Amino acid sequence: MSLVFLIFLPIIAALFIPLLFKKIGQIHTGWFVLVVPVILFIYYATLLPTTMDGGTRVSEFQWIPSLDISFIAYLDGLSLLFSLLITGIGSLVVLYSVFYLDKKREQLHNFYVYLLMFMTAMLGIVQSDHLITLYLFWELTSISSFLLIGYWYTRDRSRFGALKSMMITVFGGLMMLGGFVLLSIMGNTYSIRELISQAPELLGHEFFTWALVLILLGAFTKSAQFPFYIWLPDAMEAPTPVSAYLHSATMVKAGLYLVARFTPIFAASGTWVWLVTGIGLFTMFWGSFFALKQKDLKGILAFSTVSQLGLIMSLLGASALGFHVEDAAGTVFKYAAFAAIFHLVNHAVFKGSLFMIAGIVDHETGTRDIRKLGGLMSIMPISFTIAMIGSFSMAGIPLFGGFLSKEMFLTAMLAIAEFDLFSMDVWGILFPVLAWIGSVFTFVYSFYFVFHTFAGKHKPEELPKHAHEAPIGMLVSPAILAVSVIAIFFIPNVVGDWLVKPAVLAIQPFMYSNPEEIDIHVSAWHGANTEFFMTLGIFAIGALLFWSFRKWKQAYDAFPDSVSLNRLYDSFMYLSDGGANRFSAVYMTGFIRSYLVYMFGFVVLIVLSTLVITDAFVLDLSNTAPIGIYEIIILIALVGGTITILAAKSRLTAIIALGAVGYSVALFFVIFRAPDLALTQLVIETISVALFLLAFYHLPKVSKKEERMGFKLGNAAIALGVGITMTLVALASHSQKILPSISEYYKETVYSEAGGGNIVNVILVDYRGFDTLFEITVLGIAGIAIISMIKLRLNKKEGQHENK
Amino acid sequence: MEIIMSVVIGFLFMAAVYLMLSKSLIRIIIGTGLLSHGAHLLILTMGGLGGTAPPVVADGVSISDYVDPLPQALILTAIVISFAVTSFFLVLAYRSYQELGTDNVNLMRGTEDND
Repeated sequence: MSLVFLIFLPIIAALFIPLLFKKIGQIHTGWFVLVVPVILFIYYATLLPTTMDGGTRVSEFQWIPSLDISFIAYLDGLSLLFSLLITGIGSLVVLYSVFYLDKKREQLHNFYVYLLMFMTAMLGIVQSDHLITLYLFWELTSISSFLLIGYWYTRDRSRFGALKSMMITVFGGLMMLGGFVLLSIMGNTYSIRELISQAPELLGHEFFTWALVLILLGAFTKSAQFPFYIWLPDAMEAPTPVSAYLHSATMVKAGLYLVARFTPIFAASGTWVWLVTGIGLFTMFWGSFFALKQKDLKGILAFSTVSQLGLIMSLLGASALGFHVEDAAGTVFKYAAFAAIFHLVNHAVFKGSLFMIAGIVDHETGTRDIRKLGGLMSIMPISFTIAMIGSFSMAGIPLFGGFLSKEMFLTAMLAIAEFDLFSMDVWGILFPVLAWIGSVFTFVYSFYFVFHTFAGKHKPEELPKHAHEAPIGMLVSPAILAVSVIAIFFIPNVVGDWLVKPAVLAIQPFMYSNPEEIDIHVSAWHGANTEFFMTLGIFAIGALLFWSFRKWKQAYDAFPDSVSLNRLYDSFMYLSDGGANRFSAVYMTGFIRSYLVYMFGFVVLIVLSTLVITDAFVLDLSNTAPIGIYEIIILIALVGGTITILAAKSRLTAIIALGAVGYSVALFFVIFRAPDLALTQLVIETISVALFLLAFYHLPKVSKKEERMGFKLGNAAIALGVGITMTLVALASHSQKILPSISEYYKETVYSEAGGGNIVNVILVDYRGFDTLFEITVLGIAGIAIISMIKLRLNKKEGQHENK
Repeated sequence: MEIIMSVVIGFLFMAAVYLMLSKSLIRIIIGTGLLSHGAHLLILTMGGLGGTAPPVVADGVSISDYVDPLPQALILTAIVISFAVTSFFLVLAYRSYQELGTDNVNLMRGTEDND
């Protein structure tokens, strides 16, 4: 089966969704949608043995061969892992959404079309080997994310959040495109695999650092790293299934995928290590610290996602260190990449379940405000259990999967402190310290999330709804995830061998050539080492902080809202919007005259400057036609008619003078031996004058409006400029004939080729027949326009606005 | 002759542009009419005004004696199209005067609320 086709399977399925929604409305559309990710998941799962042996699958579909653009689906361990996450979590989310979204009240066809579009885009990102199609899918995720966040488009906050996420991620995407173009120039190929194989040559290239920074901008905006994370909390306006799917498990991990995928190319650079590890770790700390400030359940989870993404990002940065160490596969530097992928899997699993629980709480109590919640433990026991499993995994407590990857994270961060390149020997100690502080706050907010919702005093009077346990169908998906969280703790090495090691091979091809070479065995207990004591410290300090949270939470009020990054974004949007409006209002006056002035002004400017710059003006007085007495008489009539129009006070004078000018032109055609033109001009001029008279009967008098002198002088200056320009053009074009005219060909062949005598007519209907066809089309369009204008009546009804 | 023609063409263009920049709808339409006359003469002059025979095949006329037929073909197309445009403008002016009650283009300017 073609892998490229499978990428597009969801979007093809999306074509049928509106039909299914309209025709079979009594069955929830989600059930039909569910089939797609399930089939894909099963198929991708069958490929696992291939990647476990270090094998890959490639399939190619030519798209634009002339530009060397094609869809290349390339499945290695990393791509397969992501594909499984996308389809696996996707199946659970669709199942969850069947119970979350009401089939009668919601626009399900919109929702599932967007969701399937997103699925294709996401699969495309993680499987594309071609930079340009990767970019295409990348932007498609931004667009589908925009549509999904704005799904409840009548809410102001939804539209605001949708726009914000789109502005930031598309900005990053464009930067990334720049990086891709630079990479393709450097390596003279669009294929990521080929670029990786020539990584050593790319290192010395002058564009190297530019490409690195630009691609990282794409990854950081998508994966909500500091300072770009601000879109993620606002994206929580999306329906909860969307938050669980896009904004925790898959889309925000696209940036991580990008960093992982490009690590083999950029690992050699110190800038890469510093940026990825540093920004990642700082984001981890920042997100975990501010998660505690949030009052909204999903807000806590959003900041927690930011923090966890930062954690994985820093591990990916640390995995590049393996490139700089001799025999890294045997040292402590081997853990970073493994920990990154392992934690990525863990995070997708536990964060997915937590989001679903937040959605359930919202669904069953009517609020997500953690201040109003509390004491739900006895009312919603199953939800509580699932929430506790997810939170404890997030906090890194034993018996849950998160503990294992958290330990390994600390190991990798401690290893950085031992690294002695890129001035890490001086600053390296900061990394484990920051990681530790971040972990403490992670511990605190995990407890804050679960216990402030489910423990404490139940406050039914503050809840909009009478709280009760969710329907069983809604609990299935989070329950499956929660069971996985525990399962991962007990069988970590199965997960490691099947999923993690093949992916690590893709990140660190400079260290391993086969997944089996990766000598990492995960175990819950590995002696009383530094990590162990750090973990104990996290638990102790974390518990202390959580216990005393009510006492010190006022500390957050010390951070003023006015200088936040959000304010920066808001004022940027406000200024750019207002600034662009003001700027265009300066020249877009709404007066037709202004626009004509611009046009004529630019005609003069461009034509004259072209004449000067290209030195095109030539005056050649030889080869001119003789001046005859009739021509002069007609000219005088023509000029006289024109002056009469300019000076005319009554409309009748103006019409007659215009007619005089037209007939003079016709006479010119006679004198200059153009009989067809003369005939046509006479007929047309007669009809025109008749039309003018007809129309003018209804029109007001040519009134000399109060036109100021300055106004007239300005017009006259521009008119004079245009006149002089046209004279110069006419003279110059007459004086030089650079190319031989095609007329000679027409003259010679008119009888032999076209069998006609009247050369002008033959040109019109034969040599240039299409010209005439389109001329007739123009006439037809004008006729239709005239008829519709006569029928048209202004509609005075007020326009509808979606907010009104 | 071409020199004089060039000057006249310039004059026609000047008058046309001056009319088109005014506020009255009627003057604008007359201006477009003048503009097309100027353009036709410009094309004719560009091709050269020489030649002694009309571009119709006849016995005893050598090829170099025919007037250049190409500008004539182009002008013929242009005349018809300018007629279409002029009549379109006329109806536009007539209808907008009926609906809006003015022929002053400055008063027809769209506003923020009524684009």
